[in-house]
Amino acid sequence: MSTGALGQTARIGLFAAAALLIAVLPRFVSDFRASELAYVAIFTIAILGLNVLTGYTGQISLGHGAFMTIGGYTTAVLVVDHGVRDLWTIPLAGLVAGAAGFLFGVPALRLSGLYLALATFGVAVALPAVVRKAEGLTGGSRGLQLFGLDSYTGKGFEPVEVLGRSLSFNDWLYYLSWTIAGVLFVLAWLVLRGETGRAFRALRDSEVAAASSGVNPAAYKTLAFSLSALYAGVAGSLYALASTFVTPGTFPVTLSLTLLIGAVVAGLGSLWGVLAGAVFVQFLPVWIDRLSGVEAAPDWVQRVSKEPGIPSVIYGAALIFLLLLLPGGVGGLVQRLGGLTRGR
Amino acid sequence: MAEFLQQVVSGLSSGGIYAGLALAISLIYRATGVINFAQGEMAMFTTYIAWALTEHHGWSYWPAVAFTLLAAFVGGVAVERLIVRPVQGVSVLAVVIVTLGIFVLLNGLATAIWGGAQQSFPPGRPFPVRSFDVGGVVFSLQDILTVATSLALVACLFGFFRFTKAGLGMRAAAFNPAASRLVGVRVGWMIAGGWGLAAVLGAVAGLLAASSLGSFDPNLMRPVLLYAFAAAVLGGLDSPLGAVVGGLVLGVALNLLGTYVDFIGADLRLPSALAIILVVLLVRPAGLLGRASVGRV
Repeated sequence: MSTGALGQTARIGLFAAAALLIAVLPRFVSDFRASELAYVAIFTIAILGLNVLTGYTGQISLGHGAFMTIGGYTTAVLVVDHGVRDLWTIPLAGLVAGAAGFLFGVPALRLSGLYLALATFGVAVALPAVVRKAEGLTGGSRGLQLFGLDSYTGKGFEPVEVLGRSLSFNDWLYYLSWTIAGVLFVLAWLVLRGETGRAFRALRDSEVAAASSGVNPAAYKTLAFSLSALYAGVAGSLYALASTFVTPGTFPVTLSLTLLIGAVVAGLGSLWGVLAGAVFVQFLPVWIDRLSGVEAAPDWVQRVSKEPGIPSVIYGAALIFLLLLLPGGVGGLVQRLGGLTRGR
Repeated sequence: MAEFLQQVVSGLSSGGIYAGLALAISLIYRATGVINFAQGEMAMFTTYIAWALTEHHGWSYWPAVAFTLLAAFVGGVAVERLIVRPVQGVSVLAVVIVTLGIFVLLNGLATAIWGGAQQSFPPGRPFPVRSFDVGGVVFSLQDILTVATSLALVACLFGFFRFTKAGLGMRAAAFNPAASRLVGVRVGWMIAGGWGLAAVLGAVAGLLAASSLGSFDPNLMRPVLLYAFAAAVLGGLDSPLGAVVGGLVLGVALNLLGTYVDFIGADLRLPSALAIILVVLLVRPAGLLGRASVGRV
């Protein structure tokens, strides 16, 4: 966190201003844009989680999409097969993913640096196959359809009554996601500024020094893994609600890489940077797509921007350039990661 | 029994492909202590180059392959010098992130240039479709030549490292960069050359993977990369011989598991590879043939 010149009051003021802006934004944008902005909130939550683990505790995860998958399927299975009201499944999805994070975190204690990167990458690549195989639970390749179900608030298209006001379905998703993102943002801030956050950062910077100062590495690393997975699980749950269905393709292998890209971009500015990271990963494809209609853009730009692979090209180039041009300076994320290398 | 032997041979064939990519990963790990997550996508990209030359530019197969291998070498050197080298000093994980950037970039680039659709890789090339019947066991020529190519490649590489001056320089640069520099080895270029060689190995693995499947798309190497990781970890990340042995063992093991264990079938091959990675890393991180690393605190 950039403690710097920003005082406590200023930071709370900033948060209030951001909250206010987010609260009134749907009045000024189209319904469709509101649903895109809901995805920004969802990515914010997932990237916050990844940042707690990778940015603050120095444990790399290339497979955070896996925890989103677990959260998303928890919600879908409960809503579709058991008729549980969708709102209740959101915390449950967080808890299930958190438990999965704990279970993965325990063996991960023995892996550091590159080995952890390998193992988590493997989880990301292999999980869709497991989801397809567990057909009885997950619906296999067909997935699970939420659209039109009674236990699904708004059924995917109807207006939703909230506090006596009627919101369009997309506005409802927007407010739901941003409310949860706001709560989790404050939670992350509170956790990271206190004793736990100090322990996380101490582990990241030097595990040996942290341990000799009385920080229990095993306990805090598994805590970071669980907390981070909980965030991803909540994000996955909202992702499922926003998509109106889940299939193995809803959570592709590249989702984990997308989150990492978001976290690297986010590194530019502490916890607040997460918002920038989430906006970047959600809107980059949209902006590129829009370029093809801009008259002022050169012909080749208009032509190229229609190609399907171009967003990936920019994502990849962004990752490379951020690390090349700001070595050690990407919001300190890289420096934080630097603490890992010694443990290899 | 005949079926068992057939499965072993076809397992060796896919194992040869894993071994090629695993060897590439192991070479780079040994020289620089990092893992190139883009190794598979680089191989996919070079496969597209070979395909585009034959399909769109009227080249015949073998010249296209030769050009592709050359392009792979140049590409590998360029990636090391321009992209990886500058972040090498920052941290190992900065390199991981940069290689993931290359991964995403190349995948997008291939899709943008050649489209995301399946392309058929002309059958019969590079190896004619033919099979032999040896006492009731049918071996396909494709499988046998795939294994033979992988083994020949390993032999060439061994010869290169053992008997040539450049090979000696590369070994020296990896073993002790400071001392090598003192005796006049150009360590930087040796490491870049290592990345070039790794890219060539990957390119061969990509071509073999495409021709054994008969078709390919931009995601050709994604599963192969995980198998190659599993092979390299199984054999010991820092052991090139281990990578080859690991690849062949993994290919055969996955094939036999897929054939004889109904639950695994074709669906759970990737998760099985992941399980192998996790078990080896947790139980014996040095793998079968690697050296146990000793950390200093």
